Amino acid sequence: MAEETATAGGAPPVFNASMQWRRIKSHFFVALGLLSVLLGIVTLLVLLVDVIVQSAGWLDWQFFTSFDSRFPERAGVKAALFGTLYMMAFTMLIAVPLGVMTAIYLEEYAGDNWFTQFIQVNIANLAGVPSIVYGLLGLQVFVRWMEMGRSVLAGSCTMALLILPIIIVASREAIRAVPPSMREASFALGASKWQTVRNHVLPYALPGMLTGAILAAARAIGETAPLITIGALTYVPFLPEHPLDRFTVLPIQIFNWVSRAQSEFHDLAAAGIIILLVVLIALNSVAIYLRQRLRTRY
Amino acid sequence: MIKTPLRNTEAESRADAIGAQTVSVEPRIHAPVEVPDPAVEVRGFSLWYGDFRAVTDVSIKFPRKKITAVIGPSGCGKSTLLRGVNRMNELIGGVRTAGDVLLEGANVYADTVDPVEVRRRVGMVFQKPNPFPRSIRDNILFGSRINGYQGDEDELVEAALRGAALWEEVKHDLKQSGLALSGGQQQRLCIARAIAVSPEVLLMDEPCSALDPIATLKIEDLMRELAKDYTIIIVTHNMQQAARVSDFTAFMLSDDTARGKLIEFGPTTDLFTNPTDERTEAYITGRFG
Repeated sequence: MAEETATAGGAPPVFNASMQWRRIKSHFFVALGLLSVLLGIVTLLVLLVDVIVQSAGWLDWQFFTSFDSRFPERAGVKAALFGTLYMMAFTMLIAVPLGVMTAIYLEEYAGDNWFTQFIQVNIANLAGVPSIVYGLLGLQVFVRWMEMGRSVLAGSCTMALLILPIIIVASREAIRAVPPSMREASFALGASKWQTVRNHVLPYALPGMLTGAILAAARAIGETAPLITIGALTYVPFLPEHPLDRFTVLPIQIFNWVSRAQSEFHDLAAAGIIILLVVLIALNSVAIYLRQRLRTRY
Repeated sequence: MIKTPLRNTEAESRADAIGAQTVSVEPRIHAPVEVPDPAVEVRGFSLWYGDFRAVTDVSIKFPRKKITAVIGPSGCGKSTLLRGVNRMNELIGGVRTAGDVLLEGANVYADTVDPVEVRRRVGMVFQKPNPFPRSIRDNILFGSRINGYQGDEDELVEAALRGAALWEEVKHDLKQSGLALSGGQQQRLCIARAIAVSPEVLLMDEPCSALDPIATLKIEDLMRELAKDYTIIIVTHNMQQAARVSDFTAFMLSDDTARGKLIEFGPTTDLFTNPTDERTEAYITGRFG
């Protein structure tokens, strides 16, 4: 303390720069960060290479055109692939219109009162609910009460519930990104609320909404737990032709094969994983492309 | 939802409270100006954002087919008054008004009046050019389409663009985006868009504040042209601009007693050369604001 007072009294301030030590610390943290990044990437790479090696020889045309079988060499993902496609089509058909309309209502129409705040908080919470809970809900409500059975439709409704919060949040952000000046310009020309939303807010927010919807779809395609709960874990030797038909999906087929004893089925699971990964990467790429390409500039 | 931040400091609310309680807020217009046939008449107009009173008891007649400039320092309520004419303030929640705004003699705040209809009849140009991210043609036609325009669209586009002195510059490519234009051109496109729905009054909220001097000059020339057909009310920070373009000038001020009062209104030449109120004189000579 005495020394500091002396410094304040007029003597030139003394610094102990210790550049050497500061440089070392700086380098140390760069190294630590790089290590963290590499740890993640290397782990993923090892897993990927392992899966690819395992699936070698199994990913042929027969794999796509065959149903599941007791004999590994005759088993394929046809039912699972089509089941995933059907289920996702219905899921998006249900979730996107509902989600987008909810977002429009909350952003453009709803007043700022306790009720809308209550809804907003709960949407955020719903996005964090474990997916198995949605499965239990779907089992009780769609499979039993609404008597849809263990069908494509029941699966779609459950999945739609699961991704609805994601779509709502993404759509709201896209709507909020439309500058107020666009709405003002529209209103000042004598447009009604709906004309403003329909002609300006929606079109300008569309790329953001699309991106959100695709990312939500990617999430749903990889989900397994809720579908196991509602009973999609079955041997399905046919293509679903009706929304109320039984079905299975890719992640469940993979899960099914992994839990078999013979190692050939484990290789089949690896092949299924490759297909699932390709679908997911493709979807994410489309989302990124859309975001870049269709971005509205004001 | 359009959200505007409200400035509501302690001092401001105190001033507001005092104004509401004790002090008479009659505008002190020393030499009343006779406006026989106003296009817009504001009568005892006040506006509150929640508890915050932004405009206090303003009465003013805007002369037909003339340019009236509303000047005053920041926070004097001039933009709020302007937005009160086409009821744009109501897009923000929690806005309350008192008094009347008569458009051709009919109160736009009457219960039977739909603000959507008011806004078609009263065009508005904003501070920052805000063309839609669409083609020039679509920018012009949006207002007419939503209002059920029956005539020829090509004619309307040409007439509006000619009216806004933009036709010669853009006629070769009406399909290009409105955003591809320069700032000054964008603002003229916004003016063209506004006059395409045949409004009776044009409101301009600091239309040149985001533009360079040359673009500003073009807009000012255009305003003189437009004043042959339209009643124009312009809010501006720029006193030289008010002196250059306007026929009449209104000076507004917030002080310790009340916010957003009309201090003086008169022909621009009189107000700038021989102001009757000492506060007007202080403002136009640059002693504050």
